[in-house]
Amino acid sequence: MGIGLILNMAKALMLARLKQTVIAGVGVVFSITMFVALLGFMNGLNQLLDGLILNRTPHIRFYNEIKASPQQPIEMSASYDGYYHVIRSVKPAASRTSIYNNESIMRTLKEDRRVLGVAPKIAAQVFFNVGAIDVNGVIKGIDVEEESRLFAFEDYVVDGDFLDLKNTANSIILGKGAADRMLASIGDMVQVTTAQGSRMQLKVVGFYQSGLGELDNVQSYASMGTVQKMLGEPPSFVTDIQVKLHDFELAPQMAREYKEVFGIDADDIQTVNAQFEAGTGIRSLISYAVGVTLLIVSGFGIYNILNMMIYEKMDTIAILKAIGFSGRDVNMVFITIALAIGFFGGLLGLMFGFLAGLGIEQVPFELEALPTIKTLPVDFSPKYYIIAGVFSLVTTYFAGYFPARKASSIDPVDIIRGK
Amino acid sequence: MRGKPVIEAQKINKYFYSPEKTRVLKDVSFQVTRGEFVSVMGKSGCGKSTLLYILSTMDTDYEGELWIDEELVTGKKANRLSQIRNEKIGFVFQFHYLLNEFSVLENVMIPGLKLNRKTKEELEQIAMEKLRIFDMQDHALKKANQLSGGQKQRVAIARSLMNDPLIIMGDEPTGNLDKKNSDIVFNIFKELAQEFHQTMLIVTHDPEFAAGTDRIIEMEDGWVVNH
Ligand SMILES: Nc1ncnc2c1ncn2[C@@H]1O[C@H](COP(=O)(O)OP(=O)(O)O)[C@@H](O)[C@H]1O
Ligand SMILES: [Mg+2]
Repeated sequence: MGIGLILNMAKALMLARLKQTVIAGVGVVFSITMFVALLGFMNGLNQLLDGLILNRTPHIRFYNEIKASPQQPIEMSASYDGYYHVIRSVKPAASRTSIYNNESIMRTLKEDRRVLGVAPKIAAQVFFNVGAIDVNGVIKGIDVEEESRLFAFEDYVVDGDFLDLKNTANSIILGKGAADRMLASIGDMVQVTTAQGSRMQLKVVGFYQSGLGELDNVQSYASMGTVQKMLGEPPSFVTDIQVKLHDFELAPQMAREYKEVFGIDADDIQTVNAQFEAGTGIRSLISYAVGVTLLIVSGFGIYNILNMMIYEKMDTIAILKAIGFSGRDVNMVFITIALAIGFFGGLLGLMFGFLAGLGIEQVPFELEALPTIKTLPVDFSPKYYIIAGVFSLVTTYFAGYFPARKASSIDPVDIIRGK
Repeated sequence: MRGKPVIEAQKINKYFYSPEKTRVLKDVSFQVTRGEFVSVMGKSGCGKSTLLYILSTMDTDYEGELWIDEELVTGKKANRLSQIRNEKIGFVFQFHYLLNEFSVLENVMIPGLKLNRKTKEELEQIAMEKLRIFDMQDHALKKANQLSGGQKQRVAIARSLMNDPLIIMGDEPTGNLDKKNSDIVFNIFKELAQEFHQTMLIVTHDPEFAAGTDRIIEMEDGWVVNH
């Protein structure tokens, strides 16, 4: 039998109960709208928060950790084997925090095809001498261009030009919190003392604001050369090698692999930010759960209207069967009604959801801590639209399934005899 | 053409189980051959409707054998039975049973659309012809519930003719009409028999109606007493 007749039947039945059909449809529209808007917003927020940390966190970081000698002398003596060792006297050596042979390590890493880029870094503990007191801080010596390319350094320089760090000798970009404390403004000179006691005057060329207050209070940036000079170290002095990968999922495995090869410590982003990922996952989960709940509720709406329609249209169903419609045909008519409500409701819902997303995106959202954000973030990824669309069809199909089965099993003789 | 069996019932028995087991059809056997206009008569409650539901393949819960167009339909799958109803049987009920969601023309067309052997335009044409037989062509575009009872029944008969069925079955098709309208409907059946040699099996209460048919099957308490 022609699909046209099925569609016609479905249409006629829907028009006969237009109001209820529309109400059921509105339920779907509403839930799909909410689903798309909610997921878009939640994931926009997730990406923002992820970006806050993950964008500027290296996927793998190589460094030398200061640690105690793994073997104490007493362990070497066979006569104390199997005893509990109380004496542990050998303290960490004045070990090198510098990575030995870092140039060849970086060259090896850059040749690896999984690697997007490599940037060296030096961390130096310093005191800023402000009047009579010293303010504690960390200066990171960076390769300005690579740091910007790989870790979005530029985005977080809120005042001044980040390239001045490279172009101006003995320059520094101060953390916003630290700068506020020191009352320093651009062009000022600040004096720093290193842990080893050497002093240096640095010129302020900008402010850095990450959005994480704790970090902004202590962390400042200078070029590698400046920090090396400040510490009195040669140009080969590097304490950290930061690696960014094409696919950050590979980080744990590659960290393990190179740890062996280079014989230095390596941290991967997943291990360092494990709780962070869990947070992201839970936020997504909640928004999916809310969206799915809404859809299921609207599914019950469709189930109701179809059941009502079947009770009201018993005669119609009986007569259709008497003139030769099979159970399957009747079943298809009601499934078609359900899917039509799902399809058109879903389509409208996707459109309204998109509009709602555009609306949310207009809401101003300015936080001191988030310098790059001006309005609420929304993720317009087609993924959510596809999921919502598929879901609206699937739920309405199931909502129609049982009523349709009931309709298809109506015995025309019962109805006709009952008259 | 005449003489070929259209319907053949062999020892059909039907039981109802509520409130208790009762046998409402008792070894019913008879034949209707092509071109015959047959009426079924009997007291109310003697099993006429029950028999007709079985003959029309809607009721499959019976004992015995039923042949339609020399095909054994007893035990056939529901889908095949639907096809047989659509293609070979036209049914007219006591109550008109039109679909109020559709126009008169669409109501008549539906069996043809279901059969799906002709284009929509052809079907429209055929449906108009059927309506013209009953002088209902002017009402073609009205909704079904805008017609009077007699008009509805005429449309229902037009619909039963849509696929040029092998047989038309009617369950007291004039039972719910006033004298004037039942005369009109009766004349329509006569015309169908005489002009189109349409095979028909019509249950009726009305002795006058029965007298005008080729043959009367008489039933009493579930038995066929005369055919
Ligand atoms: N669904 C049913 N359950 C039990 N008994 C029924 C049912 N339908 C009909 N009957 C009984 O079957 C007998 C025949 O009914 P029916 O075929 O409708 O008679 P008629 O059409 O000749 O008036 C009646 O006695 C009626 O009470
Ligand atoms: Mg009856």
